[in-house]
Amino acid sequence: MLKQRTFRRGGIHPPDKKHLTSQQPITVCPDPEELIIPFSQHLGAPASPIVSKGDIVQPGQRIAESSGFISAHIHTPLGGEVKEIRRVFLPAGFAVDAAVITVDADAVFEPQETPAEFLKNLSGEELLSRIQEAGVVGMGGAAFPAHVKFKIPKGKQAEYLVINAVECEPYLNADNRIMLEHTEGLLEGIGFIQRMTGAPKVIIGIESNKPEAIEQMGKTIGSMGLEFSLQPLKVKYPQGDEKQLIDAILQREVPSGGLPIDVGAVVTNIGSAYAVFEALRFSKPLFERVVTVSGEAVNKPANIRAKVGTTFRQMIDLAGGFSEEPYKIVAGGPMMGFTVFDLDTPVMKGTSGILALTRAQVQEGVRTACISCGRCVRGCPMGLQPTRLYHLIDRGHYEEAKEAYLLDCKECGCCSYSCPAKIHLVQGMRLGKRMLRNMSS
Amino acid sequence: MSEQKTLVVASSPQIRHRDTTAQIMLHVCIALAPAGLWGIYLFGIRSLLVIALSMAASVGVEYLMARMMKQYTLADGSAALTGLLIGLNMPPNVPLYIPIAASVFAIAIVKWAFGGLGANWMNPALAGRAFVFFSWTAGMNAWKMPRTWAAADAASSATPLGTAKTGLMDVAGEGSTALSYLSEIGYTSSNAAQGFSDWVSSFGLSLSPYTTDLFLGLVPGSIGEVSALLLIIGGIYLLAKRIITWEIPATYIVSFGLLVWIFEGTLYGRGMFTGSVGFHLFSGGLMLGAIFMATDMVTSPISRTGMIIYGVGAGALTFLIRIYGSLPEGVSLAIIIMNIFVPMIDRYIQPKPFGVVKTKRKGAAA
Repeated sequence: MLKQRTFRRGGIHPPDKKHLTSQQPITVCPDPEELIIPFSQHLGAPASPIVSKGDIVQPGQRIAESSGFISAHIHTPLGGEVKEIRRVFLPAGFAVDAAVITVDADAVFEPQETPAEFLKNLSGEELLSRIQEAGVVGMGGAAFPAHVKFKIPKGKQAEYLVINAVECEPYLNADNRIMLEHTEGLLEGIGFIQRMTGAPKVIIGIESNKPEAIEQMGKTIGSMGLEFSLQPLKVKYPQGDEKQLIDAILQREVPSGGLPIDVGAVVTNIGSAYAVFEALRFSKPLFERVVTVSGEAVNKPANIRAKVGTTFRQMIDLAGGFSEEPYKIVAGGPMMGFTVFDLDTPVMKGTSGILALTRAQVQEGVRTACISCGRCVRGCPMGLQPTRLYHLIDRGHYEEAKEAYLLDCKECGCCSYSCPAKIHLVQGMRLGKRMLRNMSS
Repeated sequence: MSEQKTLVVASSPQIRHRDTTAQIMLHVCIALAPAGLWGIYLFGIRSLLVIALSMAASVGVEYLMARMMKQYTLADGSAALTGLLIGLNMPPNVPLYIPIAASVFAIAIVKWAFGGLGANWMNPALAGRAFVFFSWTAGMNAWKMPRTWAAADAASSATPLGTAKTGLMDVAGEGSTALSYLSEIGYTSSNAAQGFSDWVSSFGLSLSPYTTDLFLGLVPGSIGEVSALLLIIGGIYLLAKRIITWEIPATYIVSFGLLVWIFEGTLYGRGMFTGSVGFHLFSGGLMLGAIFMATDMVTSPISRTGMIIYGVGAGALTFLIRIYGSLPEGVSLAIIIMNIFVPMIDRYIQPKPFGVVKTKRKGAAA
C-alpha cells in the first residue's frame, strides 16, 4: 500500500464517530406527500422560479433557472401541484423563496439511459452543458455549481483531477457508502469529469478510516482497467478541504486568494462524481442525494437516499426518531454544518448530513479569558493566528485583520474546536469578513 | 417522536474539544504536586501552611478584584495556580506575611491592574516573588535544612547554589568549581548520593554526590524547587497532556546549559568548556522556572519560532544573571525580562500563512 500522506500544517483530530453509520447500507426514503424546494441550493445567484402557484409539475421538471454565471437550475424530484411559493429559512440562516409541491404519487421519474458508447463521442464542452442542464453542484457542502468548476479557464491547464473521498467531517458516511455501493457508476462519473477538465491524471484521496472503501475502489479500478491512482491519507481534519487535500496529495500550496487550478488541480468529491454519472447516463437531474442521519440523539443512525425537499422531520423519523431530546440539530457535519431551529427545514443538494447532537456531545463549555495557549494557532491549517484576528475584529480593526489574511480563513472550525477558553473564534472571523464586505460595498 | 422544546442555534463548529481553561490549570497543579509534596515532606508541615496561605490569598484577592470588575473568574482556576506557584517559590521558614504579600501583589497589581487573566504581560507568580524578594531579603533567605540531613549538619542550611556562589566569589581564580568548593567546605551530602558516587567511580567515572542530591532534591531550597527529578516528571506529564510544548523548556535548558558549559569556568580560572553544567541545571529554580514558569501561556509567545527565541533568551539571561550577577539566582528575573519582549516577539515573528509566498523565497508551487 502507498505511504499514507496528510497535509503539512495545522489540523485537529475530533472523534470521527463514523462507526455509527459506516456499516449502514443506503436506504431509500419513501416519497413524501409534500416537498419544500428552495430556489437557492447552491453557492452564487439564486435560481429564478419558472413555476407559479397552481402549476402542475412533472417529476424531474425544471422549476427554477440558473440566473447568473455562478448559479444552477433546480428540478423537482416528484410530480404534483405547486401549492404555494413561500419564504423558508435555510440552515445557513437566511430566507429564500421555495416551491411547496403537493406530491402526486402516481407520477414517477423515468430515467432514460444514454449508452456509454454515445457519450464517448461527446466533447468535454457537451458534457459540461449536460451537467449544467441537470443542475449538478458540488455535494460536499458548499454546493458550488459543477459546470463552472469543471470548466477550465482560458490560459490554465489542469494537470490533476483530485477526487475528494476524504469525508473528513465526523459522523458523515454518505460518500463512504456511495464508494461501497455504487463503485462502478462513481468511477464512470470520475471518467466523465476527467474529460471535462482535460486533466491527464486522476488521484483519489481516501482517509485510512475507510479501509473497506479503499479496498473496494482499488479492486474496481483494476477490474475496470482505469488508470486512476488511489492515495490513502492519514486521518486529520480538515483534509477534505480542497486546499488541504491538494497539499496532502501533491505537496502544493494553493496561493492565498487563488484557486486549485492555479497549481494545476481541480478537486471534486464523491457525491458530485456520482451525480455527474447519473446526470449523463440516465439524464437524471440532481434532485436526490445520500444523507447521513446520525448523532447520539437519534435511535437508528442511517444513510438515506432522499429527495430534495424532504423535511428533516421525515428523515429523523426514518432514522427511528429521537432517542433523547437533542440539543442541536445540524445540517451537514458538526465542524462546518449549520444548526437548524425548524424540523421542517428541507433536504437540499448540499445536505450531506442531518445530525441530532446531545448536550454531552456538543461540550459547549463556559467562556473564559483567552490565555494565549496557542492551540488555535497550532490547529489552523491555513497558518493564521486566529486569536490575533479575533482580537483585531473584536476591537473593530477590520482592515488590519484583512492584512493578517483574514480572508484566507475558510471557517473550518479547528480554532474554535480547540479553544479551551471556548471563544467563538469562527463566529468572530465571519463577523470580520461581513464587516469588510459591508465596508467595500 | 418526542416533542421539541427548544433547539440551540449556534455558529459552527457545533462541537468542542473537552479541554477547558480550568482543566489546563488543574493539569499544571497536578504536575506540580509531586515536587510540592516532596517539599512538604522534606521541610515539614509548615511548608504546607505556606502553600495553603499563598493559594488562599491569591484566590481571595482574585475574588475581590473580579467582583470589583463585576466578573466571576474563580472557576478558571488561574488564581489557585498562581498561589500554588508562589507558595512553591517560598523558602520553608519564610515569615507568613511574605507569601500573602506576594499573592496580593501578583493578583491585584500584576494581573488585575492590566485586566485580569490573559491581559497581564508579566507572570504574576514570578512578579510576586520578585516583589517580596527585593522587599524582604532576609525573610526570603529563611532556608531550612531538609529532613534527610542529620541534626549535626544544621550548621548551615544555605542552599548549595547560594553557598557555592558566595564562596567561589571569594576564592575566584583558584581553579575550583562549585562542586569542589562544596566538598572543600564539607557541605552536607546524603549517604545515598555518596554511595552512588562511589559506585559510579568503580567504573572509572566521577560524579559529585552534590549533583545527585540536587537532582533528587535532598538539599535546602524553596519548597517546590529542590527536586529536579520530580519537576522533570511533572514536565513530562504536561507534555504528554499537551498542555505545554517542548520548545520553551528545551531551548531554555539547552541554551542555559551550553552557555554555562562554555563560559562558567573562565570566571574561576578554569578556561572555556569547563562549566559545572549538572550543578547549575539541577540547582536553584531552573527546572521550576523553565518547565512551569517560562511556559505560562499568557506571558510567552504564541508561535513556535517565537517560543524558541523566548526560550533561548531566557536561558541566556539566566546564565548572565546567575553567573555574572551578584545574586545567586537568575531564573525569575530572566523570565520576567523575557516577558517584556513577548508582545514584540509576537508582533514580528508570525507564521507564514498557507499559500502566501514570501518574495525572498522561491515559491513552493510548481
